[in-house]
Amino acid sequence: MTVLDFEKPIMEIQEKIEELKKISAESGMDLNKEIETFEQQADDYKKELYANLKPSQKLQIARHPERPNFLDYVNLMCTDFVELHGDREGMDDRAIIGGLAKLDGRPVMIIGTMKGKSTKENLEYNFGMPQPQGYRKALRLFKHASKFKLPIITIIDTPGAYPGISAEETGQGVAIATNLRDMAKLEVPVIAIISGEGCSGGALGLAVANRVYLLEHAYYTVISPEGCASILFRDASKAAVAADALKITAPDLMKFNIIDGDIKEPVGGAHNDYDLMAKNMKETILSALSDLDKMSPEELKNDRYNKFRRMGAYLE
Amino acid sequence: MTIQDWFEKRKEAQIQRRALEAKVEVEGNPDLWTKCVHCDSQLLKKDLEDNDMVCPVCDYHFRINATKRIKQLFDEGSFEELFKDIKPTDPLNFVDTEPYKDRLEKAHAKTNLDEAVITGLASIEGHRMAAAVMDFDYMGGSMGSVVGEKVTRLIEKAIELKLPVLAITSSGGARMQESALSLMQMAKTSCACSRLDDAGLLYVNLLTEPTFGGVTASFGTLGDIIVAEQGARIGFAGRRVIEQTIRQKLPSDFQTAEYLLKYGQVDVVSSRKDLRKTLANIFAMHNN
Repeated sequence: MTVLDFEKPIMEIQEKIEELKKISAESGMDLNKEIETFEQQADDYKKELYANLKPSQKLQIARHPERPNFLDYVNLMCTDFVELHGDREGMDDRAIIGGLAKLDGRPVMIIGTMKGKSTKENLEYNFGMPQPQGYRKALRLFKHASKFKLPIITIIDTPGAYPGISAEETGQGVAIATNLRDMAKLEVPVIAIISGEGCSGGALGLAVANRVYLLEHAYYTVISPEGCASILFRDASKAAVAADALKITAPDLMKFNIIDGDIKEPVGGAHNDYDLMAKNMKETILSALSDLDKMSPEELKNDRYNKFRRMGAYLE
Repeated sequence: MTIQDWFEKRKEAQIQRRALEAKVEVEGNPDLWTKCVHCDSQLLKKDLEDNDMVCPVCDYHFRINATKRIKQLFDEGSFEELFKDIKPTDPLNFVDTEPYKDRLEKAHAKTNLDEAVITGLASIEGHRMAAAVMDFDYMGGSMGSVVGEKVTRLIEKAIELKLPVLAITSSGGARMQESALSLMQMAKTSCACSRLDDAGLLYVNLLTEPTFGGVTASFGTLGDIIVAEQGARIGFAGRRVIEQTIRQKLPSDFQTAEYLLKYGQVDVVSSRKDLRKTLANIFAMHNN
């Protein structure tokens, strides 16, 4: 497993515990008490550490190569998934995947950006960076869900929409814009979850939702801290400073009413316990759905409009 | 050829001749002279201004600010500003190489504007409309909370008054100093566009040099008709970001209005001189 730099002290304690266990087994000495103390210490330290991560450290967890991806969540939360492919205009962008599935026995439309865990997978999914065709596929599925009264769940983990030649030639900007506009017209509950990286318009293109949640160590921003550092701070190595300044983690985003809440991660981050992570996510979705189920199609549209209408800070 | 056309042609020929002469002889007061950034010709500033900031030699369209745009495009005296009192603040206490507050003050001092967009009601050849005009000189025309709010209110006003909307964009994208709040302006303005769409009112975009990022990916391209000014650079991702990602040089005309026309991304490319006529024509055909 990949160990992040700030996690090294935990590894050291764990190595010590292993050593003690070995000595105890070899010499027959009773070291249980010492081992227990160390284990307790390691536990406390971990809890303390992960509860007080700096934005730049959360960034590392959000980008952890073993972090659960969209299909992990679908498999752990849903049954009977039927993937629906393609934009009907010549492409099936693999960076956005979507389809029908049952959540607690109820049919839903579930759509998300997809990241791989190996180089081969990452090439297939383009590192989670969608092309315009991916956004158009998503819109096709959104409209399908609205027509057949299926709630929509989106799970977002993307470093941004793909910056490439053909992406520009086929309208990356207008594809995202169209999703923002037309998501406002959907007549069903829409729930968006930022599960890792929520970078810029590429993330927002799936997130004009009635409820928006962020995983505990995920982030949501207008530009990657690296991009911000190189443009505004004129120094790409200032990414950690930019990450602080941009206020990209759940507590700050809640303060600005950008998100509705956060979803707790297992100690050490989502990759430490896929099942627990999926369970927490599913609970959040089901509870949001039971609220939104009370609204009429018109109320759902107004709720979504008013939510984004209020966002911003200005003087008057 | 009408008499008017003849005079127009003669005026153009004069400007061109003087510009060419100026190339040879550049003396006197340097404040009177400027250089075309495209063809390097020495130009009399006054000639350039008389020609709507289009180079008389090579037809290069200089970027113009919102005030000039309003003066040039709309019927004289028709522009009535709205929502002028919405002003920026610094919700994140953002500091990069310089505090955001200072940047806002400097932008104000430089442009005498309170934000990167001017919104109001106006007419072009008698056609009334609600108009938003962005100004690149104010912090790169970036969209923060104020730009988002003013554009949204303008659209809501247009729905109330049953007027068509013209959005003239010139923007580097989202205002980074307002982080996620500025990102959300993309959603806010686009949601407003959905209501404009539902109301069946015409929405026209005029994309001018340059239009990028969060503006391209929101209200900037949601028009029923998209007009781009000749030579304007328009895109989602910046040229440098794309070059770094794909590790190759891009063609020089990449992301120009003409390039996007070829790829079906804009309806019309118009020279500055023809814009009034082009837009009036479009608005005239949507009068009911």
